[in-house]
Amino acid sequence: MTAQAQVEGVFREEYARIVASLVRRFGDIDIAEEAAAEALLRALEKWPVDGTPPNPGGWLTTTAGNLAIDRLRREGRRGDKHRQAAMEAERRGAPEPTPPTGPVTDDRLRLVFTCCHPALATEARVALTLRLIAGLTVPEIARAFLVPETTLAQRLTRAKKKIKDAKIPYRVPETADLPTRRTAVLAVVFLVFNEGYVASATEEGDAPIRADLCAEAIRLGRLLRELMPQDPEVAGLLALMLLTEARRSARFVDDALVSLDDQDRTAWDRALIAEGHALVRECLARNQPGHYQLMAAINAVHTDAATADATDWGQVATLYNQLYAVSPTPVVALNRSIAIAELDGPAVGLALLEPLQLTGYQPWHAARADLLRRLERFDEARAAYDAAIEASGNLAERAWLAERRDRL
Amino acid sequence: MSQYLLSVHHDGVTEMPTDEAVIAQMYADVERFNEKLRAEGAWVFAGGLYPIESSTTVDATGAEAVVTDGPFAETKEYLGGFWVIEAADLDAALTWAKEGSAACQGKVEVRPFQDA
Repeated sequence: MTAQAQVEGVFREEYARIVASLVRRFGDIDIAEEAAAEALLRALEKWPVDGTPPNPGGWLTTTAGNLAIDRLRREGRRGDKHRQAAMEAERRGAPEPTPPTGPVTDDRLRLVFTCCHPALATEARVALTLRLIAGLTVPEIARAFLVPETTLAQRLTRAKKKIKDAKIPYRVPETADLPTRRTAVLAVVFLVFNEGYVASATEEGDAPIRADLCAEAIRLGRLLRELMPQDPEVAGLLALMLLTEARRSARFVDDALVSLDDQDRTAWDRALIAEGHALVRECLARNQPGHYQLMAAINAVHTDAATADATDWGQVATLYNQLYAVSPTPVVALNRSIAIAELDGPAVGLALLEPLQLTGYQPWHAARADLLRRLERFDEARAAYDAAIEASGNLAERAWLAERRDRL
Repeated sequence: MSQYLLSVHHDGVTEMPTDEAVIAQMYADVERFNEKLRAEGAWVFAGGLYPIESSTTVDATGAEAVVTDGPFAETKEYLGGFWVIEAADLDAALTWAKEGSAACQGKVEVRPFQDA
């Protein structure tokens, strides 16, 4: 690794901490970002010559803080009372002022809740979280989401302006709002993960960049777990992502999609599975089930089976029933009917699946096709595969469906 | 503290309630909400507006002022009433807006005033 890559690696790891601490002190994201970027330049100059400091994160945070103060002094920007207080404290050598409200928490957690505030559009939440918390650059985020850099940059600028103008606070929400706000944070992270997971199935040249989003989402998931260790849904989301990621390399053979029951289970990542299972066990012990925990538990059952035939479908069906109780969506109902088909036969499954009529949703057609095939209603199965291919936007998926259809 | 505009918009589609008991309840709920705003020091100003047909538009951007009957733009939506409140930040304003929306049985739009 080059010296530059090493410094940049540390910078990315520490980015959220640096920016979050500056945002709290100066009450302004732009000032924080600019100072952080400048601190990186200083590090790139100094570290290769003087050696990496013993506490690189601390060095970057202190340097960025000093640079921000210098800059504010130079520009005579003293209007904001936060900034003024921070500058006064700095001048007197006093410790940083403590935030006015809330218990003492990691600055990064405050910033996470700001980035994922419900008053911001979902795409803005995703962009802000990847930029400020994951420390991705604007070009990186733009490439991953297949949007022009200028679009992404504008999206971030608008979001930051709204945070400033409408005074979206840098604060962990109050207890009453915490569950909904926490759900919004988890949704952003899971969206990032899914974007990467689904993208890895396309045949576009930038697939690897988009697949990196899974790694970023898991990194965010680990950070949230560190920041909210008592929250079972946070653990559930991390477990879900780990158990899904563990199977990634087995999902494709020569660019062709391989379904769960046909996957080479020896190719699954055992370390990720072990970590995911431990989290699921922790959730079970807490006994406060929620959406992500139940999804993770279902994935734990699948990853626990040495072969597809060894899958404990009774357990899967039970978990889907519980999941449907907390998230009564048609998609959950679809997956539940697939599990019940494995347990009680395709006719029972089909009877549950038919009324859902998710005609725009590829997995519904695909599941229907499979059940019809098992009931030896081949003409109907063929038509259902055709409908599934029609509803799919993904090349590898379409190829897989066509192959299933042609095998009838 | 910052000031926020909490405005209530009629979409011109949803039927306004005609049942007197329902209307009376709404007025009572709004009055209770207003009392709470005053008690907690969040109240700046509030008011309900007469229907959009009562509006007149004045345009003095040219040499001569032009007065016309009706709203400035031909839309189905119109402002029905509003509150101006003091709140520490958007979260506090949104909490008030939730209560206001429930009281007046309408959607509430929250907008920050420019800093003085």
